[in-house]
Amino acid sequence: MNEFSWMVPLLVVLPLVGAGINLAAVGRTRVQRLASMSVLTAVLIISVVLLFAADQRGPQVVHVGGWAPTDGIVLIVDRLSALMVIVSTVVTMAVLRYSIGQGRSSFDNESDGHAPLPVFHPTILVLSAGVSTTFISGDLFHMYVGFEMLLAASFVLLTLGGTEARVRAGVTYVFVSLLSSMLFLLAIAMIYAATGTVNLAILATRLETIPHDTSVVLHVLLILGFCVKAAVFPMSGWLPDSYPTAPAPVTAVFAGLLTKVGIYALIRTQTLLFPDGTLNTLLMWAALLTMIVGILGAVTQDDIKRMLSFTLVSHIGYLLFGISVGSSAGVSAAIFYVLHHITIQTTLFLVTGLVERVGGTTASSHLGGLARISPLLGILFFVPAMNLAGIPPFSGFLGKVGLMQAGVEQGTWLSMTLVVGSVVTSLLTLYAVARIWGRAFWGSPPQVEEGMTYTPARSGSGRAMGAGVVMPTMALVAFGLGLTLVAGPLFEITDRASLDLVLREPYLLAVLGEWRQ
Amino acid sequence: MTPNLTLILVAATMLGTGVYLLLARSIVRALVGFLLMSNGINVLYLVASGPAGEVPILGEGDGGAISDPIPQALVLTAIVITLALTAFVLSLAHRAWQLGRDDLLEDDEESARIHRRAEENDMASDSEDDADLIAAEFAEEDDG
Repeated sequence: MNEFSWMVPLLVVLPLVGAGINLAAVGRTRVQRLASMSVLTAVLIISVVLLFAADQRGPQVVHVGGWAPTDGIVLIVDRLSALMVIVSTVVTMAVLRYSIGQGRSSFDNESDGHAPLPVFHPTILVLSAGVSTTFISGDLFHMYVGFEMLLAASFVLLTLGGTEARVRAGVTYVFVSLLSSMLFLLAIAMIYAATGTVNLAILATRLETIPHDTSVVLHVLLILGFCVKAAVFPMSGWLPDSYPTAPAPVTAVFAGLLTKVGIYALIRTQTLLFPDGTLNTLLMWAALLTMIVGILGAVTQDDIKRMLSFTLVSHIGYLLFGISVGSSAGVSAAIFYVLHHITIQTTLFLVTGLVERVGGTTASSHLGGLARISPLLGILFFVPAMNLAGIPPFSGFLGKVGLMQAGVEQGTWLSMTLVVGSVVTSLLTLYAVARIWGRAFWGSPPQVEEGMTYTPARSGSGRAMGAGVVMPTMALVAFGLGLTLVAGPLFEITDRASLDLVLREPYLLAVLGEWRQ
Repeated sequence: MTPNLTLILVAATMLGTGVYLLLARSIVRALVGFLLMSNGINVLYLVASGPAGEVPILGEGDGGAISDPIPQALVLTAIVITLALTAFVLSLAHRAWQLGRDDLLEDDEESARIHRRAEENDMASDSEDDADLIAAEFAEEDDG
């Protein structure tokens, strides 16, 4: 037990308790809001403390129930986990504040005001607990349980209100997610049969002793499941199909968190369990195709939400690029990029929610002149969009430079191709967001015609953009800019984090300790 | 450890049929596929736990080899999760039936529209063309 390790389980327990309070206090909006926000604030503070503890004194470990790692579940927070929890909590808080700003009834109205329970708050807290479980788990099966928690919550959120479009999108999403969970579960069964354990640290030592062919089979099964979750090409088709139909805050939190959980699992697997890099070439090809195919999808889209969903897929390629390079520098840049990407993608989806409130739609062919109608909205979209495209000096640019440096350092023709591919993708991202900018924000506002199903805003948009929704969005934009300001110290932390990941020794020592064989 | 061949064949059959059903457009069929797959995997956990032995409680057996309790615990968790997800998917299928009297999954309209434009090689990125087109569609609907 370390000094701060008692805090580790709180990352999961607090959101779950918060969800319970939310359900108990049905109809008492103020209590619910207070509970949700204070729980998330507490989680944020705890995760910041844990980041410092993990950075200064090594990984914080809890052997749940005092069981030995061979029998029980281990929770562990190292620098990577702490960073992921911090950023995911920040975006969840912003999204929750945004939805509070929309008004309590905004989701209940969708089912004619007859929603039996205001489920949004408790569900998003369960989602947060599931995400944290995955990040702090030191046990493969426990990780699976975390996945299922966040998936079950995401199913509810995606089909909120149960309209026809959402049910259609929900079915696709639900079955793809179930399939990926099945693959993960299958992989765990195989791994247990081959090694007799599901603890990550023990697996790391035992996988080296089993025949190489067997371990490759296990490896493929495991990362296949994670790649479906992370929307890596060619398993990415479900994402742009299902995300855009959900309400703006839901899409925002999905875009920020769900695929990144898959990426986190990939980072762990690649560094801790299979450090020999057998499949790195394959992953590099997958990264290249994810980037290119994703961004080619984005440039043809008319709907802003769909365009953003395609850029989301495309930029997963960057993360995979960093992981597949396999060096400490590559993993470090991937961690930095994942933090940047969670923030930016969530921000952009929230801003799209604002666009929908002001313009009445997210189809860019029906929008126009938004920058004149609301200059503030223009700025809120422009800054994160440029950040996404990787224009210096934003954090997107810094992350991409880090990835490219790692690629050039490796120096193989494939990694050089990836560097070229990532530059092309970056330019195409710029093209895609500039195209949306030109269509939706410049030009003149569309005329109101007979037969239109929406009312384009003309002036006085302050009515649509209340402070309750603008402030959280502004805060996230500022947080994204803050990532640029603290990029130096942040890169130092991710460097140390990735060095520990590549060395593996600190993790093994922290978990196994006295139980070391 | 010698794996139990019968169990492996059972699991393989269940997984195979499960994958086939999962590819169906009907939600209920796909759900049955998911159930078959997850139960197939649960059977695989039995293979992973090795041959059955004595009760895995200290002091209860006759000193022989005990069963491995961990896969049993894992399977139990997996079954509970499957149950919850089944309930959710069933309610989703019910909702789809309520809305459309059908549980068949339809294509994504926006994706189909962009695909159609690509087929026709329609390069017009002009916003007005699109708006006109859609306004015309609305007008048609109104007439009909």
